[in-house]
Amino acid sequence: MPSKYDWPAEGKRSLIGKRISRLDGPDKASGRARYAYDTNRPGGLVAKLLCSPHAHAKITRIDTSEAERAPGVRAVKVMAPAGTEVQWQGFEIAAVAADTEELAQDGVRKIKVEYEILPHLVKEEDVSKAANMIKPSAEETKGNPDSGFSEADAVHEGYYGINTITHCCLESHGQVAEWNGDNCTLYASTQALGRIGGDLAKVLGAEPATANIKPANIRVITEYMGGGFGSKFSIDKWGIVCAQFSKQTGKPVKLMLDRDQELLMAGMRPSDYAKIKLGAKKDGTITAWQHESWSTGGPGGGGAPPIPYVFTEIPNQRKRHIAVSTHTGPARAWRAPNHPQAAALTMCAMDDLAAKLNMNPLDFFIKNLPLTARGDVYKAELLKGAELMDWKTKWHPRGQGGNGYLKRGVGLSLHTWGGRAHDSDCRIVINSDGSVQAQLGSQDLGTGTRTVIGIVAAETLGIPLSGVQVQIGDSNYPPSGASGGSTTVGGVSSSTRRASVKALDKLFEAVAPSLGTTADKLVARDGRIHVEGDPSKSLTWKAACAKLGTKSISEIGRQPARDEGNLNDNGVGGIQMAEVEVDTETGIVSVKKMVAVQDCGLIIDVKTAESQCYGAMIMGVCAALYEERIFDQQTGTMLNADMEFYKLSGIADVGDMVVHMMTGVYDGRGVIGLGEPPAISPPAAISNAVANAIGVRVPTIPLTPDKVLAALEKGGRA
Amino acid sequence: MQAFEYSKPTTTKEALGMLGAQWGETDILAGGTDLLSLMKDYVHTPKRVVSLSGIKELKLIKSAADGLHIGAMVTIEELLENAQVRKEYASLVQAARGISSPQIRAMGTVGGDLCQRPRCWYFRKGFGLLPRDSRGRDLVPNGENRYHAILGNSGPAKFVSASSLAPALVALGAKVTIASASGNRTVDVEKFFMAPTDASTREVDLKPNEILTGIVVPVAGGAKQATYEVRQKEALDWPLATASVALKMSGSTVQSAKVVLGHVAPTPWNSAEAAQALAGKAINESTAKVAADAALARATPLSQNAYKVQLAKVAVKRALLAAAGKA
Ligand SMILES: Cc1cc2nc3c(=O)[nH]c(=O)nc-3n(C[C@H](O)[C@H](O)[C@H](O)COP(=O)(O)OP(=O)(O)OC[C@H]3O[C@@H](n4cnc5c(N)ncnc54)[C@H](O)[C@@H]3O)c2cc1C
Repeated sequence: MPSKYDWPAEGKRSLIGKRISRLDGPDKASGRARYAYDTNRPGGLVAKLLCSPHAHAKITRIDTSEAERAPGVRAVKVMAPAGTEVQWQGFEIAAVAADTEELAQDGVRKIKVEYEILPHLVKEEDVSKAANMIKPSAEETKGNPDSGFSEADAVHEGYYGINTITHCCLESHGQVAEWNGDNCTLYASTQALGRIGGDLAKVLGAEPATANIKPANIRVITEYMGGGFGSKFSIDKWGIVCAQFSKQTGKPVKLMLDRDQELLMAGMRPSDYAKIKLGAKKDGTITAWQHESWSTGGPGGGGAPPIPYVFTEIPNQRKRHIAVSTHTGPARAWRAPNHPQAAALTMCAMDDLAAKLNMNPLDFFIKNLPLTARGDVYKAELLKGAELMDWKTKWHPRGQGGNGYLKRGVGLSLHTWGGRAHDSDCRIVINSDGSVQAQLGSQDLGTGTRTVIGIVAAETLGIPLSGVQVQIGDSNYPPSGASGGSTTVGGVSSSTRRASVKALDKLFEAVAPSLGTTADKLVARDGRIHVEGDPSKSLTWKAACAKLGTKSISEIGRQPARDEGNLNDNGVGGIQMAEVEVDTETGIVSVKKMVAVQDCGLIIDVKTAESQCYGAMIMGVCAALYEERIFDQQTGTMLNADMEFYKLSGIADVGDMVVHMMTGVYDGRGVIGLGEPPAISPPAAISNAVANAIGVRVPTIPLTPDKVLAALEKGGRA
Repeated sequence: MQAFEYSKPTTTKEALGMLGAQWGETDILAGGTDLLSLMKDYVHTPKRVVSLSGIKELKLIKSAADGLHIGAMVTIEELLENAQVRKEYASLVQAARGISSPQIRAMGTVGGDLCQRPRCWYFRKGFGLLPRDSRGRDLVPNGENRYHAILGNSGPAKFVSASSLAPALVALGAKVTIASASGNRTVDVEKFFMAPTDASTREVDLKPNEILTGIVVPVAGGAKQATYEVRQKEALDWPLATASVALKMSGSTVQSAKVVLGHVAPTPWNSAEAAQALAGKAINESTAKVAADAALARATPLSQNAYKVQLAKVAVKRALLAAAGKA
């Protein structure tokens, strides 16, 4: 049943689906936007953490007396008392709050800790060295793998891997805490401003001195946010100690992680390594899959990768996984958890099988689309991608990438994601002066959430985007979900749409008598309210709102509320293609071009949607070519916990990027999240492009010069 | 960063009077792009920092009979903008351009580039320049040595010299001028760099109370020159291997050559073998390759950095072809 809450039909949209610049662009570019990191409260203190220099050790003694007496130090707290076994370098041991950052750091250096060093494991690729740190899981089978392989005309076996990486948020983790009596304001860099206040209250409520603190006592503000990528959902130990310091000293306290701490302990993406065997018929149809995989997510080991990825319906499968625990900072969700790893393992193994069959991978992947959940979507996307990449001209059989030492090649990968809408409440307020506020306890991580909310409200109310004040980033506004799993755009656009329709209905009721009609005959368009079919009977938006007199309208819209319109959905597919140039004398890979073709249902703002894809592809180039946590097994130290040797690409390193959004085709499904899907395929597509260029597979990501040269040598192509 | 006393003298003489006689007491501050990182990481904890930014004479570039005099406090960007440098010293310009961020080129100085501390990650993480574990074992041979030395690494020093300008300056036969309370001295850039043999020595021939005041680059006299850097990425990064070459030609053949490799040894690596291989030859793909092989013939890669041998060969070959106009 169609509903008045449904999205307007294509010809009737004035803002939705257009290319609109983000509302906060100028504030961000000019530095006016205030992040948690920029928040400095009058009379505030700065807190710093003391972290373990060892990967695995037992704290035998800890003495803070000298730190307590140090100049400017106002509070010292032990977070890991004697007896604690630290499990990674960077483990939080104590914190110091002082008048300035420098004095806090000096204070931290005066804390004396004695350790009993314990054996550590910081590398997992060579699983044979992992000894008692492994946890194998039971073998899983589907169909009959043995007969699947005997049916195959070609069988390929290979080794593939993708390493652990970190999130590298531009703004590090942290917050400013400020108490007023029993009420605390937390200016936090968080993906979950509606959640961390409650989490903090729970911890404080369990301590005698703060037993009266309830979730309602904590207000969280996140006006602007410098990225999270899955690593900023928790209040974290540093958030708790920051609030405690502030309560204890009666002063605002700021605690932001240093960059090395950020890299050591604020989250990483688990690795995945696998020996994969797969077989296919001459025509390319895959008949069987088998793998033995291992991975680490830090002390907790690493979960089994969801492979075979996308091609989940391969009839015969045998799988085994080993979780490896390492003494390294623990994993956190990283933009599409598990998917980039699964794509890298699956798509590279499939690409190698295609090469063995002498098939163009484009044909091979299309041939096997019946083994996926959305073959038609992928087929349309692959064909569009091939056109944008000029795949037909650029693809060549392996090893025919040119005669000189510079070789070109192309590769592709497929991905999928959910992206359902999270729970969200939106309040729309219409005032008699014509001003409109959209209020949600949501946060804009940099993705364009603020802009999307403004577009939906303005579109629905028939006013320009500048007529809506978007008020988010404060837990005092109606609750909206955490921003993870690409759930935000579906959630906030749905609740905003519903609240806007309801508020507009109220306005129609207020103005109908003066237009000599009833509310159901009115429409709002181009900044006017008029009688449907009779534009001469109209009021400007301002004049209409003036009819409210001393009152204002305030309406809440909710997601979920399925009976109020079909506004969002779940489940998307996307494909990416990469073109690379490899210097076969130096092993240096440069990405020349990437193409992303992506479905995400109805697009609210094409420009911010494309930006998500650009950002994801850039992040993917970094992961494919440069990023590595480099650990020294002798000392357990991460040697590159800095932005110098933890390498990221600059703008000159990313090549041309082409984004094609599948607009129109899937609009009827409503809004579906996009933050994660485009971040999945880049490493796989780039690795496949390198294999196409140089004729041999570089087994593990990142594709650094040493590994590329080694692969060339091993393949007899040096 | 540990608290320190800051002083900003206006003459070299005054500055010399403020420097301590022992390493660790005082540090000279030029552009600060390296020193501040060292201090923030507590690798350097000086009691006093002596800034050279108030000393005007150190900021000059002057032409003289013996060549171009470049003051230690000339920034890398100023070096790049100087007309005479651009005209005469292509290899130096190419090396300076490689220093990858505009911010570093605008703040970093010529003197600072030559005196910057090695980037060895064990050193930077507090394990010492000749890194040892608590039991005194050398951490580099069995550790993470992908960016370490492949030449001149048989002693305890296995880091690579960080300066990109140094190999070009060695190839051009430049000298550094050094001032101390007892007078001035001049040292070939090549001899200025040394591989330390114990924890008490540094990687450059400089005493704690000396100041590098400038460099003198002899007139290039039409020598063909080039620098080639092998870099993994364009944005902010260190080269993996470099080569700077200067060729005195007689007609189309090499009369004498200098081939100096960077980021492959604890010092800039002046390869006599490569020079010898080139004497009397015309430069082409095959002679360049022979010279490159000769330059790396004595390479002794560590457990993870054999690939750098290949990269260094490529740097030599491509620098030679570029110098000869054949790239
Ligand atoms: C990410 C990154 C990438 C980089 N890439 C490159 C590169 O590719 N190639 C390259 O060459 N460099 C590179 N650099 C290093 C940069 O060039 C140096 O930091 C800079 O040249 C140092 O100059 P400065 O004036 O800032 O020195 P400072 O930081 O002020 O000083 C550095 C050291 O030299 C000493 N010193 C300085 N001047 C004198 C003097 N006149 N007499 C005696 N001692 C002195 C100081 O006491 C200190 O120990 C890079 C740096 C970074 C952070």
